[in-house]
Amino acid sequence: MAQNDTVINGWQPVIGLEVHVQLLTNTKLFSPAKNKFGEDANSLVDLIDMGLPGVLPVLNEGAMNQGIKFGLATSAKIAETMIFDRKNYFYPDLPKGYQITQLHYPIVKDGIVDLGYKKVRIHQAHLEEDAGKSMHDQYDSNSVIDLNRSGVPLLEIVSEPDLRSAQEAVDYLKKIHQIITYLDISDGNMSQGSMRCDANVSIMRPDSKEYGTRAEIKNINSFKFVEKAINHEIKRQMKILEAGGEIEQETRLYDAVKDETRSMRTKEFANDYRYFPCPDLVPTHISKEQIEHVKNTMDELPEEKEKRFKDQYKLDDYDSKVLCAEKETAKFYEEVVQNCDPQIAAKWIIGELNALLNKNELSLADSKITSSNFAALILKISDGTISGKIAKDILEDIWESGNAVSDIIDSKGLKQISDTGEIEKVIDEILENNKSQVEAYKSGKDKLFGFFVGQVMKATQGKANPGMVNQLLKDKLS
Amino acid sequence: MNFREQRENFRNKKISAKEAVQEALCKVENDKLNIFISNLRDSAEKRAEEIDNNFEKYKDRPLSGVPIAHKDIFCTENIQTTCGSKMLSNFIPPYSSTVTRNCDEAGSVMIAKTNMDEFAMGSSNETSFFGPVGNPWNDSLVPGGSSGGSAACVAANITSISTGTDTGGSIRQPAALCGITGMKPTYGLVSRWGMIAFCSSMDQAGPFARDAFGCAALLDAMASYDGKDSTCSKRDVVNFENALAEDFGALNIGIIKNIEDLGINNDVLEAYEHSKSVLQQLGHTLKEIDFSELSSGICSYYVIAPAECSSNLSRFDGVKYGYRSDQNNISELYMKTRSEGFGDEVKKRILIGTHVLSAGFYDAYYLKAQQVRRMMKNKFEDIFKDVDLIFMPTTLDQAFEKNRQDSDPNRMYKEDLLTIPANLAGLPAISFPNGFKNNLPVGGQFVGNYFKEDLLLNTANKIQEVTDWHKMTP
Repeated sequence: MAQNDTVINGWQPVIGLEVHVQLLTNTKLFSPAKNKFGEDANSLVDLIDMGLPGVLPVLNEGAMNQGIKFGLATSAKIAETMIFDRKNYFYPDLPKGYQITQLHYPIVKDGIVDLGYKKVRIHQAHLEEDAGKSMHDQYDSNSVIDLNRSGVPLLEIVSEPDLRSAQEAVDYLKKIHQIITYLDISDGNMSQGSMRCDANVSIMRPDSKEYGTRAEIKNINSFKFVEKAINHEIKRQMKILEAGGEIEQETRLYDAVKDETRSMRTKEFANDYRYFPCPDLVPTHISKEQIEHVKNTMDELPEEKEKRFKDQYKLDDYDSKVLCAEKETAKFYEEVVQNCDPQIAAKWIIGELNALLNKNELSLADSKITSSNFAALILKISDGTISGKIAKDILEDIWESGNAVSDIIDSKGLKQISDTGEIEKVIDEILENNKSQVEAYKSGKDKLFGFFVGQVMKATQGKANPGMVNQLLKDKLS
Repeated sequence: MNFREQRENFRNKKISAKEAVQEALCKVENDKLNIFISNLRDSAEKRAEEIDNNFEKYKDRPLSGVPIAHKDIFCTENIQTTCGSKMLSNFIPPYSSTVTRNCDEAGSVMIAKTNMDEFAMGSSNETSFFGPVGNPWNDSLVPGGSSGGSAACVAANITSISTGTDTGGSIRQPAALCGITGMKPTYGLVSRWGMIAFCSSMDQAGPFARDAFGCAALLDAMASYDGKDSTCSKRDVVNFENALAEDFGALNIGIIKNIEDLGINNDVLEAYEHSKSVLQQLGHTLKEIDFSELSSGICSYYVIAPAECSSNLSRFDGVKYGYRSDQNNISELYMKTRSEGFGDEVKKRILIGTHVLSAGFYDAYYLKAQQVRRMMKNKFEDIFKDVDLIFMPTTLDQAFEKNRQDSDPNRMYKEDLLTIPANLAGLPAISFPNGFKNNLPVGGQFVGNYFKEDLLLNTANKIQEVTDWHKMTP
């Protein structure tokens, strides 16, 4: 994992990421309209989101609490007083002609994100409202605007330029994704735009004291593209510098189809956003009590969960790390182990289940596997009812059909015998046929108990309930 | 008829709300001064009937059965709201401002919406897209601005009360020039929700009436905590009408040293001197205070107000509502819409505001202006350690000729010299008629400490009990 040698052909890449995260809240950042994805265009729009004259924003405290959570999770400074600013620019999907954001007094400052092999500093994270959406391809000559996204709360997480390779950038982004999904700050869905990323990329000679001129790559919407876009940009800059050219400070757009970045605007044409404090919102004080309150409602962080898994379920480092990589998996695991052996469950989730998920590129939620059905499977394995081989077949069956484990066992004739009368009949027969062993056992040869169990299992082709066999044998032999 | 008589007549069933409304509407329809932008006869008559039919329910409310005119800056549901601009000449809001809602609740009937300077930018009511308003005392003179229509409406006896907004003097200056009483409350006392923004950090709605009594009753109706305005005060609102009967005792009243050096007209100064003696006769003590910073307020104001307005007015882009110049691409649409939809004064202020917020100029202008504003606040704080109120003229001059702006725009900006400091600090101030010279009224004002509206109204009312300036009508 650790990127010890990140220098490429004598150039050291220097990367910083700006990650926009849509916050999970009931309503928008400054209006009572619902904050939801995928509804009919312009159906989630309040007067405030339309920028009508005379209407005023009121801060949604839920969004503030999400910001506080992120600050706590990254050991950051949480502002005693945060101030909203206006960022002024004209765009049809920006109804007020300005975006309300935070410039000098953001909610979160100076955090740390630990990648295991490296600590990345968070410069700041600030609250701001999302813009609406312009669509240019629905009608021949007109563009149309959907304001459902207008005013949706965002947390923009700005890292220091601490990343040194595309891989480190991906690791960092995955870590941010893990933190925000763990804390229910955001659903982190990159394809729906609830997590978006801009990358600031420059290169310099390894012994240089000064960073090179950077280019900002906008709107990267998958982990894969982050890596590709950054690597592409590094190569582009190397080519220019090695040919004796100069890097221009500019904003570039990543084109995933052509796998290239192209210039959007140069510094010369950069907008002057004329930031100033938004006079409609008073400075917001965040009290210690408020922070404490949020802390108390906060879910476990990945590291805390890993540690607990190790203690509570006696798992090793690797297993607990893999199980805790995604909150969904960890949650699934904990549901499963309520009724069965934690180590066997861990082994099967990390091994067979993950393999199926990866092969089919599905998430747990989108698969037919439920925690109760999976737990049933693990039980059958741990009580010896079915062998690992049979269990694997059953798992594949569940994956396809979603049927209950017990039904599959029934239909495949794998059902274990749990009927007292039936087992008793077999036991009686065996005791009758092995009288000398019964005598020997009764006179003190305890070890023969295993022999009787083996005989019963053999006679039932391994389908007898082992617990019941033990109990019944004990009764009969006493 | 003043507000108090009108309300008594309704409460005593001498005159119904409908009769009062019809009489007022008749005057609205005969108006020759261009006071109104819209006449709301249909909705007003209906509302008056409703109030008459529910007499018991409304009779004890602060504005029961009284016709009112609202400045066309307040959004009114399903009723055209223009803000005096071509940009909004076709705008019909689907919501009402908290102020007009509160006034409805209080039992008043909105009969018309009044003319105003475009987006409240002006001191003469001449920047309105709907044309200038004449001063009821003399048609060739201005009524002041930006709430010129609302002030003229009360001065011309069309309604006994009206609403205005005051960002740099837009209630007090027209009140002085028209010879009525007008008050700018403490910033945050009255909700700004649904009031079209000019300079959000200073805009404040307030009442016009012939006297302090009418202002007190109207302010009782207007003021309320409103969760929809984050800058709205959460403190309990006192009953201002009841406060008029209270005894606040002998006060220390601050008089600004060398105020005559600020270029105040001699007639205005004479009225001011006379009022000082009235205050002394009422048992108050005059204390001279040093306030040399007073005149720096105007520089700060004409940076901060344009800065905020340049941003507040960005939403008028032709995309969503209001005036649109149809064009083939978005930047042409923006440019033509805004070039054609805004008048010159508004454009001038947007340009100034854009400039003072620009990279490289922000520190020199906007930041410096905020420092001056802070200094002004601190100065007031010091002053109010020694005195209960400050008394000074409202304006430098009496009502002036129309079209003066063309020859000297700076003179027009200077018009707000004595009113702006209260806006910068967010303090309450009341202007009342305190003299009559050249067949025209003169105004004086009190500035008080935060949320001392009760004291301001009480003191102005006490003066009006012993003087008659507020009773003069054109």
